[in-house]
Amino acid sequence: MMLDWLPPTLIGVLLVLAGVGAIRRINLWRAGQAEEVAILAGLMAMPTRYLHDLHHVVDRDKYISRTHVATGGGFVLAMALIVLVHVFGVNNTLLAWALMAALVMMFCGALFVFKRRLNPPSRLSKGPWMRLPKSLLTFSVTFFVLTLPAAGILPDGTGRWVFTLVLSALILLSLSEVLLGMTWGGPMKHAFAGALHLAFHRRSERFGGGRSTGLKPVLFSDNDAVNKVHGVAKPSDFKWNQLLGFDACVQCGRCEAVCPAFAAGQPLNPKKLIQDMVVGFAGGSDAQYAGSPYPDGKGGVQEVGYAKGGADQIITDGLIHPDTLWSCTTCRACVEECPMMIEHVDAIVDMRRFLTLEKGDTPNKGAQVLENIIATDNPNGHSPESRTYWAADQNLALMKDVKKAEVLFWVSDGAFDMRSQRILRAFVTLLKAAKVDVAILGDEERDSGDVARRLGDDATFQSLAKRNLATLSQYRFSTLVTTDPHAFHCLKNEYGDFGSTALDGVEVLHHTTFLNRLVKEGRLRLDTFKGGKVTYHDPCYLGRYNGEYEAPRELLASLGIDIAEMERSAFRSRCCGGGGGAPITDIPGERRIADMRMEDVVSTGAEMVAVGCQQCTAMLEGVVEPRPVVKDIAEILVGQLVEEVH
Amino acid sequence: MQPNVNVVSLVSIGRHPQSGRARRAEQDGRAVELGLKLVQDKLTLLHAGNAHETVLRQYAGMGLDGFTVLPQGEGDDAVPVLVAYFKANRQHHSRQIVLTGVNAESGESSGMLPYLLAEQLGWPIVPRIADIVRVDEFEAEVLLALPRGQRRVVTVSLPFIASVDSAAQEPRQSAFARGLRATLTTLDYGSRVDDAVSHWQVAPAKPKPKRLKVVKAKTAADRMKAATAKPVGGGGKVLRNESVEEQAQAIFDLLLEEKVIR
Repeated sequence: MMLDWLPPTLIGVLLVLAGVGAIRRINLWRAGQAEEVAILAGLMAMPTRYLHDLHHVVDRDKYISRTHVATGGGFVLAMALIVLVHVFGVNNTLLAWALMAALVMMFCGALFVFKRRLNPPSRLSKGPWMRLPKSLLTFSVTFFVLTLPAAGILPDGTGRWVFTLVLSALILLSLSEVLLGMTWGGPMKHAFAGALHLAFHRRSERFGGGRSTGLKPVLFSDNDAVNKVHGVAKPSDFKWNQLLGFDACVQCGRCEAVCPAFAAGQPLNPKKLIQDMVVGFAGGSDAQYAGSPYPDGKGGVQEVGYAKGGADQIITDGLIHPDTLWSCTTCRACVEECPMMIEHVDAIVDMRRFLTLEKGDTPNKGAQVLENIIATDNPNGHSPESRTYWAADQNLALMKDVKKAEVLFWVSDGAFDMRSQRILRAFVTLLKAAKVDVAILGDEERDSGDVARRLGDDATFQSLAKRNLATLSQYRFSTLVTTDPHAFHCLKNEYGDFGSTALDGVEVLHHTTFLNRLVKEGRLRLDTFKGGKVTYHDPCYLGRYNGEYEAPRELLASLGIDIAEMERSAFRSRCCGGGGGAPITDIPGERRIADMRMEDVVSTGAEMVAVGCQQCTAMLEGVVEPRPVVKDIAEILVGQLVEEVH
Repeated sequence: MQPNVNVVSLVSIGRHPQSGRARRAEQDGRAVELGLKLVQDKLTLLHAGNAHETVLRQYAGMGLDGFTVLPQGEGDDAVPVLVAYFKANRQHHSRQIVLTGVNAESGESSGMLPYLLAEQLGWPIVPRIADIVRVDEFEAEVLLALPRGQRRVVTVSLPFIASVDSAAQEPRQSAFARGLRATLTTLDYGSRVDDAVSHWQVAPAKPKPKRLKVVKAKTAADRMKAATAKPVGGGGKVLRNESVEEQAQAIFDLLLEEKVIR
């Protein structure tokens, strides 16, 4: 009895089935909203994005990057050759040898996958993922044996029919995992969805070393949109390529490991959130999820299996609790760590927009803060006429009077807060010492809209942005400097969407960048710092959002400070807990994020933590004493300023 | 069960105390909140004034699909047109509850409107309510807000007008997009210029000069203590060395005196 036809037929049938699965999966993504994507250019760019950008992130963990290169590379090569050798029956010894080499490579890689799964860290998902290395090993061994005759090592027809049957069973087993699993929703789905996600990514500017962190605006002016729901209520309200992005998740849990809210025991786990989104658009429940659940905020966890969703069901109505969305500090640590380049923060803010704009359901102080911002242009409801009180003794020029200046100092809402005013004064002292031609907007300035936008109120953000831009457009200045990284991010990355020319040709800078230039130009004379050990905390909106890690460090180095770096610093910096409106929505957890960050500081043995953000200053100073001193870099510099005596 | 009554929340354009900007008025917002609690989205949101004022959409954003405006010019008297509206409406709804704020945050802010309306319609007025506990076909049980957190239940027969006190449930958050979608219905019941007002001269009030508080404290902790310290003197006494029985008796006497227990 000859069964030689069986293996090729099996492979062929499974390939066709995988194709059917792919079409089904694509249709699931198509439930999302339309979004313009350069399809061809994206597909062409995909290999570079994969080999360069994605691998760059994976490579932060050398063990898994090498394992992945061997396993993934071996598999792709082997699969292509299997089609040639076993399906089309190309009779070429060289090809057969190449196939066997690829399988050996894959086998070696799979061994390391297997090893890591022996005692997996808690961030990794279990369940079907535990089966994957075994399937990969089976795949490589099975096809190795199957290829032996083609390579001329074993004579043709060696296979007795029993032997062929056993091989066929193994083929069925392993190909089901790696081919069917790819498109019908197994662990290997990440390869299929991930590749397409890279090609059709919503922020293609991120690839090739670029940066894209500004949120996309909600469309209000569009008349058709007035009767449409704003923000994301149902999975089908996401853009189709966002849905595709969720599907790309490999459940590696790197996001979970860096998420400050998860660490604080707040009900958020970025990995689970993305998996819930997949449950949302694919329909069903989260019973299959085998990773860490959401904490419940009281020291326990939320039980898995009860969340249900569908493409047209309201997400916060049974799939995820709104508190999960409000726990996020928008620190982007998850996005920075995600090897699949998934945009968690975009999704979270999209869903918050629905809760705020459509349901009017911003928790805790959220509603009050938004109302204040609407009525007074600042979050605490202070009189707009009192915005410049802090500068009563600073003799600062007002743009209203001078009309133009070299530098416009964007004061931000720190103007109303006594602690932040110390930072503002310090910065002004430095500007004056360097004889910078500077002016402020005074009472004409408004909140940058950062908090409103992160809380989902894009209407208020856009209103503030447009009014601020209108004000800015009346004056001439070449540089805009601010001490607030949140305002910095809005002005630099988010105000561009509103068709104003006010900031064209204007360099928007954070004060640390600007001061660093002054120091380098020799315009500030500074003494050596003789205090104790100093560490530096990277603000999320300066670091991860804007890539500025160097200027603050160079500034501290210019004072002769040798920074005692925290374990989590620069792009891995842990959030202070003050971003994204998190202190306003104040979702309960087991610990406070600021406390954990202060523990990081303490573990360096530093006596002072340098900060470049008034929110971070407020959060870290809120930690009970005894603790290291918290100072903005401007304040540290002022302490070392050598005043010229005439 | 939803009572079969027509609840109308009468709203005005508020004014933020710090910025002077138009906003959802504090008490009128409470009137809408109370209306929503009674009849959900069947509430009628009514304003006499400028139909294109965007603040009205902030009220609608609390959960209504539409709102009604009786268009009025600047300086028109709101009372006659409202009276005309309610008289016309009486044919459809004999059982009406009209909720307003105690007084407006802008304009005359006299707090007279509910009284004038009640007088001309011949309805009872219930001033400064905190809540409506129960409504049936003919009457409602209303909780009056009295000073020091005291409440009094009164029963009023329908229809009636009530002004909602700041002690009532605070207004829910307004959902911007919901307000944006709300439909505007304008009804023309004429308008009449308020002659008296046109002769008035309006000038901003001057704040009374306050005696400066000299802060003697040297440290932030001292300042904090000074700012948070309770005024010394007045009633109350400190019982430190007395026996437990005496201390308990003192507390008991106080509770009796304050009518917490009887």
